[in-house]
Amino acid sequence: MKSLASPVLRLHFPIWRSRLLLGILMLWLVGLTARAVYLQGLNNDFLQQKGESRYSRVVEIGAHRGRITDRNGEPLAISTAVESVWASPGDFRADAEQTKRLARLLKVEPDELTRRVADTRREFVYLRRQLPPEHAARVVELNIPGVFLQREYRRFYPAGEVVSHVIGITDIDEKGQEGLELAFQDTLVGKPGSRRVIKDRLGRIVEDVESIRVPQQGRDLTLSIDLRIQYLAYRELKAALEQHRAKAGGIVVLDARTGEVLAMANLPSYNPNSRGRIDPQRSRNRALVDLFEPGSTLKPFAVAAALDAGRIRPQTVIQTGTGRLTIGRATISDVHPAGAITVEEVIAKSSNVGAAKIALDLPAETLWTLFSRSGFGTVPQSGFPGEGSGRLRAHRTWKPIEQATMSYGHGISVSLLQLARSYTIFAGNGELLPVTLLKRTEPVAGTPAITPRTALVVRNMLEMAVHPGGTGPKAQVVGYRVGGKTGTAHKLENGRYAASRYVSSFVGMAPVSDPRLIVAVMIDEPSAGQHYGGAVAAPVFREVVSAALRTLSVPLDAPTMNVKLPPADAPVIREEVWIAHDEAGPRG
Amino acid sequence: MAKLNAVLLLIAIACALGTVTSQHHARKLFVALEKERANAKQLEIEFGQLQLEASTWGMQGRVEKIAVSQLNMRALAPNRVQVLTAQGPGDVK
Repeated sequence: MKSLASPVLRLHFPIWRSRLLLGILMLWLVGLTARAVYLQGLNNDFLQQKGESRYSRVVEIGAHRGRITDRNGEPLAISTAVESVWASPGDFRADAEQTKRLARLLKVEPDELTRRVADTRREFVYLRRQLPPEHAARVVELNIPGVFLQREYRRFYPAGEVVSHVIGITDIDEKGQEGLELAFQDTLVGKPGSRRVIKDRLGRIVEDVESIRVPQQGRDLTLSIDLRIQYLAYRELKAALEQHRAKAGGIVVLDARTGEVLAMANLPSYNPNSRGRIDPQRSRNRALVDLFEPGSTLKPFAVAAALDAGRIRPQTVIQTGTGRLTIGRATISDVHPAGAITVEEVIAKSSNVGAAKIALDLPAETLWTLFSRSGFGTVPQSGFPGEGSGRLRAHRTWKPIEQATMSYGHGISVSLLQLARSYTIFAGNGELLPVTLLKRTEPVAGTPAITPRTALVVRNMLEMAVHPGGTGPKAQVVGYRVGGKTGTAHKLENGRYAASRYVSSFVGMAPVSDPRLIVAVMIDEPSAGQHYGGAVAAPVFREVVSAALRTLSVPLDAPTMNVKLPPADAPVIREEVWIAHDEAGPRG
Repeated sequence: MAKLNAVLLLIAIACALGTVTSQHHARKLFVALEKERANAKQLEIEFGQLQLEASTWGMQGRVEKIAVSQLNMRALAPNRVQVLTAQGPGDVK
């Protein structure tokens, strides 16, 4: 016991004290073990979760909106990555110099920037949305705490205003707002996914744990539009509008074999890439939405109905007399009385009296049936939102004067697309083709409207109408046989026909030997002196058709000496629709 | 018996080390894969931008303007076109 140097060890305590201490230690141990078992085994969710949150992360997998391309794969709308710069005001630390440089990069005023990050209670403020990636990289280089980037996609339209009416636009969050962007929102939209991963201390992903949601990329949309033809159509329409100081205009180019829309342009137009407010007057797809009274471009339908019914033959002589026809209290008149003319000449010279006489000889139902089978009065179902159906009243309510005026396109309203589509019955073998704005991969079946023989006869009449002696010699194209019909209609204003406001139009096809294209041109209120369809709209047709046929490498079907223009001093074959008494004006 | 145990222990240690190495290897490969994926995404974005650029440079209007004003080109007049068909020169003069 000597070795026990410490005096403490020499003390003697009662034995219960050491027992008590041992007991307490043991209890403590049991308590700890129980707690450990509880945490590790029985109720381990919470801790597991805490542990996981140290290394596992849920990451978003972005999905972009599908592209829209033309029929040859040229991009019309592409989503590309841009960076949005945002800040967390609580963490934002920047001296005056840094703030100034950041403001310059973001193209905002320094004061505005300071104001935005002033409210430290907020956790997220956008400083600038949708910067190009190289700009965003420079923002990162400034290395300001509390400033972050967020990847977003922005829609770009390389063709700009040329095709903006068809494509439409999206809003800043890439949701379709107009046009095909709206109509095919469900196809185009991409659904972002997410997955759980394990990250190491450097922030690298080292393991895929699970996929939470599989991302769905937006599907691409291939349109029937041919950008080359679209551009041509837009350019020529624009030139014509400027030349004739017209208010608006539209052009539709259809593939005569498939009913695909190869081009559809409207003016005035807008640039879909600018984010400013767009005037609805400019953004409307007039060719599809707006309705107008087509005028003489409907005369071939009255003739086709009569030919099909066996009432007339191309050479049948119609007596137009002095060019006036009185029905009830109204009088229909021709600008140039022609006397006795054949049915062919009724079309070529665009005689109102002739067309009215042919129409009046038919039962109303026959005429109505052909109009209806040609797609008038029904929605063309091109898939475009808001397309117009036009107005074709039931034949039981027709009065004789209305039947007469309808034969030359008054008292009936159509959209430009409907008008172009209706001519498919003459371009093919008498079938009305369905139209589409999407590229077709399978052949289509039309619905029969007239016999193939009648279609051929009318086609030849349409060719006569662009020859000297017809109303549209300016539509002729070197090297190709073309056919078409002019139209000049007074505009309706408050239910009455305005005396000096016109809609000039031309609908035609080429080459006549085997039609490939149908082109419909409409020019609203030309006000530079000329207003006849043959003078205003036919030249647009000529320019577009000649360039488009060359673009499509369609073989010539006529010698290059085929264009026969009337002598310079020959009177222009005018056409005009004028109803002496307003009885015929469509109402209701 | 002790010998056998020692051998088993050695094998167990070897297996454990193997697991660690292969796990590490797998992670390294996965990091590389992730990097390539990010790269692919970046390239995709770049592709979109280049496509945009290409179609902007190739705008019909721009090409036409340059062709006409700088290169003095114009569309061939149809009377200077000779069409060849399978049967020989066509009827177009």
